[in-house]
Amino acid sequence: MSQSFDIEAKLRAALAPIEPPEELSLRMESRLGTLVELAADELEAWELSSLSDPRNWPRAALRPAAAVVVGLGAGAGLVVLRTRRRRHKRRAQAHGALDLAERTLRDVGREALRVFDDVTPRR
Amino acid sequence: MATDAERGSDATAEDKRRLDADFSSLYKTHLRDVYSYAYYRVGNHHDAEDLTEQTFLQAYRHFERAQRESKGRPLRPWLIRIAHNLAANYYRDRSRRPQTAIDDADALASSHTTEALVQDRDDLKRILECVQQLPDDRREALIMRFALGMDNREIARALGRTDGATKVLLHRAIRQLEELVKKAEAGGE
Repeated sequence: MSQSFDIEAKLRAALAPIEPPEELSLRMESRLGTLVELAADELEAWELSSLSDPRNWPRAALRPAAAVVVGLGAGAGLVVLRTRRRRHKRRAQAHGALDLAERTLRDVGREALRVFDDVTPRR
Repeated sequence: MATDAERGSDATAEDKRRLDADFSSLYKTHLRDVYSYAYYRVGNHHDAEDLTEQTFLQAYRHFERAQRESKGRPLRPWLIRIAHNLAANYYRDRSRRPQTAIDDADALASSHTTEALVQDRDDLKRILECVQQLPDDRREALIMRFALGMDNREIARALGRTDGATKVLLHRAIRQLEELVKKAEAGGE
């Protein structure tokens, strides 16, 4: 057992860690830095080239436009729904078809403003 | 089915920067380990530098996957395994083995005399020469344990063995080394 301990102590002393030469550290950092830059350039180049590829246009440019269209559609649907809820009251109060049309337009405008207020951030 | 371009979009610039920072940290933490392993493996500074450089370049290429698959476990065994495979190629391609324990054993041994355990320079030189006479797997296991301070589990991962097999390998390596040292001492007297 003591002999084993002895050989292990000797091994530990003989196989001490070796400090890498300073120039290796500098060279390695330089090479890795170059690799990182190349990789970043590659990523940037991919982003630019993806814009020139029509298959990527929906994601790069049309996606925000699609979001606006969907948002407008949902808002319009909400205005119609809320306006229809008051149709019986409008008919009861209206004096003729022209007055009913005017009241309906006023309700549409009022509901549109309410929806707009709901979706815009509070000041 | 996602195209290459769509898959590439997932790797954002921020992910890339974080990955590079992690790799930089790994490199700084383990440069000495990889260099020590390479040096004791090939026996000279020139080839050890080359092997260290190749190890980190290869590690960089596969770092993202290794990090993902390690699930938080230390990456040192993975790095040493790369160095181990490259060293095997080094010997196979050039059909050579280190001729001596190390290219400047005297200088190395003298630098160790500041250790807590003061050893005779000839003793240390003899030990290193005997280590080089061991079969590859036993020599590597000893380098990992004593030069790098790796535990059984780390060595097992680096060598692709079970913990039990690694324990046996280390035990046999030490026993064989003792025999070699005894013979060398008997021959030197």
